[in-house]
Amino acid sequence: MSNQEVVAFKGEPTQPISGMDGKPLIAIRDLKVYFDLGGGSAWDKLTGGSPVKRTVKAVDGVTLDIYRGETLGLVGESGCGKSTLGRAILRLTEPTSGQVLYHDRDLAHLSSKELREHRRHLQIIFQDPYASLNPRMTVGQIVGEPLETFRLARGEEAERRVQELLETVGLSRRFIKRYPHEFSGGQRQRIGIARALAVDPDFIVADEPISALDVSIQAQIMNLLEKLQREKNLTFLFISHDLRAIRHVSDRVAVMYLGKIVEVAEAETIYHEPLMPYTKALISAVPVPDPVVEATRQRIVLEGDVPSPINPPQGCRFHTRCPFAIEACKEVIPKLVEIKQHHWAACIRISPKQPHIENVAPGDAPGLRYYPEMA
Amino acid sequence: MSTTNGNLLEVKDLRTYFELEEGTVKAVDGISFELKRGETLGIVGESGSGKSVTNLSIIRLIPSPPGKIVSGEILFDGQDILLLPEAAVRKIRGRRIAMIFQDPMTSLNPFMKISKQLMEMTQLHLGYTSARAYEHAVKMLETVGIPDARARVDDYPHEFSGGMRQRVMIAMALSCEPELLIADEPTTALDVTIQAQILELIREIKRETGTSIILITHDLGVVAGMTDHLIVMYAGKVFEQAPTKELFAVSANPYTKGLLRSVPDPLIAQGDLYQIPGLPPDVAHLPSGCPFAPRCERAQQICREEYPPFVRVNVDHHSLCHFAREVYEESLHERKF
Repeated sequence: MSNQEVVAFKGEPTQPISGMDGKPLIAIRDLKVYFDLGGGSAWDKLTGGSPVKRTVKAVDGVTLDIYRGETLGLVGESGCGKSTLGRAILRLTEPTSGQVLYHDRDLAHLSSKELREHRRHLQIIFQDPYASLNPRMTVGQIVGEPLETFRLARGEEAERRVQELLETVGLSRRFIKRYPHEFSGGQRQRIGIARALAVDPDFIVADEPISALDVSIQAQIMNLLEKLQREKNLTFLFISHDLRAIRHVSDRVAVMYLGKIVEVAEAETIYHEPLMPYTKALISAVPVPDPVVEATRQRIVLEGDVPSPINPPQGCRFHTRCPFAIEACKEVIPKLVEIKQHHWAACIRISPKQPHIENVAPGDAPGLRYYPEMA
Repeated sequence: MSTTNGNLLEVKDLRTYFELEEGTVKAVDGISFELKRGETLGIVGESGSGKSVTNLSIIRLIPSPPGKIVSGEILFDGQDILLLPEAAVRKIRGRRIAMIFQDPMTSLNPFMKISKQLMEMTQLHLGYTSARAYEHAVKMLETVGIPDARARVDDYPHEFSGGMRQRVMIAMALSCEPELLIADEPTTALDVTIQAQILELIREIKRETGTSIILITHDLGVVAGMTDHLIVMYAGKVFEQAPTKELFAVSANPYTKGLLRSVPDPLIAQGDLYQIPGLPPDVAHLPSGCPFAPRCERAQQICREEYPPFVRVNVDHHSLCHFAREVYEESLHERKF
């Protein structure tokens, strides 16, 4: 039982994570991305390589819906697989198994020709504004390239579109002939955003778009993304390790730990009433810019580091660091279940009847009683 | 042994300039502050504000050329570090003033065992024998919370995770029981849960050893819970200086206020985030007048023409602004509601 499935409320039809009404724009189903590190072959045994096959399970059975017009924040620590998940949705990294449904088509299984058609509507903004722009191309060429690739505009028409795009992201249209090195980090990120917008996408994966920027510039980029979302009805998957930024931009938040989604809820709820112990620790670890609050705050300081995704812990992957872990947590892989309305968490020590782990009797695992199929 | 008024460190009118092709960069331009024994001082600023150059100037690690400490005094325990010969500075650096940098991987030697790197400190500065230094290294790793320290002490840096490497850096910095610890963005490269561990460790160290700390960071959240006093730097100048609680509650500077408002609070839902318009300044080509004027919402003619005064608005609270008193009054007023 290594799959993380979604279990419905009893008596209700199976319903995927739903924070919103309507049909999801992107529906991710049991998506897995494994990276083979080699080992285990006769050659490896001869040459002193690893005797067993080693696999990084970067994304290990993720089921998640992203609704039209929302920003879904995806948060987790380094190595948890959040960037890989974002890339796998767009098939910039090839998924090992699972589905990514977009307009009733499975992106994970499209031919490269069909995929190219769809890619136009699916774009990405990268973290490093220094590495993601070709230094030998002018801003006009960078932003205009997708227009040419998808045969949307050419010549003067393309130039006019590029100028419009630059203004949309808050840059001067005079910048069209300049090169990336002439710009600051924040301006380059704006160029990257203009490039993503050039093809009029539905859905944008923003992979740590503000992490490399100064504080005052971070606010500018977050506000720009929000403005664009309102104006163009965009849908965002906003990936970040910065819980403050995630809180600010997201409608809903998904928390990831070692390849699995461990909690999903509306942003408000995640920050005020986290249910899963990892989320609780994560939220309590964020420094608050207020000395009075900081002085009195209860902090859950986790012990140890995130374990390696090569040999992740058995059972619940968080049990090695979890202050609430019991014996059963070492064996049972918890499923992501709807503990409260629109609030999903993966932990056997809570259930819809006993959602707060602090009130659960020591050693008890009400989740197992409520969802006997997990045991 | 201190000959001064309880101040471990006094920096007076420090100026550190860099001579570059495009002109003179006044990275640190006339800053002054004091640090009492046992206190923690936070220095906040964005990239290019001069916060790291300040730190490097204190321990005289400014690369020269192109850098040069043009003027000022750095009184450490009453002694001006800038007047000492290099050999004497070397005796202070690492022993009485220790540093932790942002990136633990580039600060540790990848070819040397952790034990060796830790032993170097005490052998060099305190003249420990290698056996004693080895035991001390194990003890230091235990102090900073490395599990199974004796088994791990002979590992190489790559065998440690990012958080553990930062713990090793802290162990190294604390080896000689320094009087002053300078931590330059010590948690910026780390994950949130690991950041919480390291900050907790620094708090513990402060409680137990009473070491004075200078914490340099861009993260207002980190300084809020860690420091007694704060300095906000912009374009090589001190823009505001105050006790931490006072600065957060009643800032007297438009830049500080903008910075505070542009950080989302994880506990409170906000509407549109405030944004400081424009770009951080090009320190080589500063405008005349106030360096923040081009980005300041309340800038007047005088701000663009005349360099602002450093105004004392309250005990221990100064702000570099033509309208410091007005801004302070506004903050007091805002706080009431």
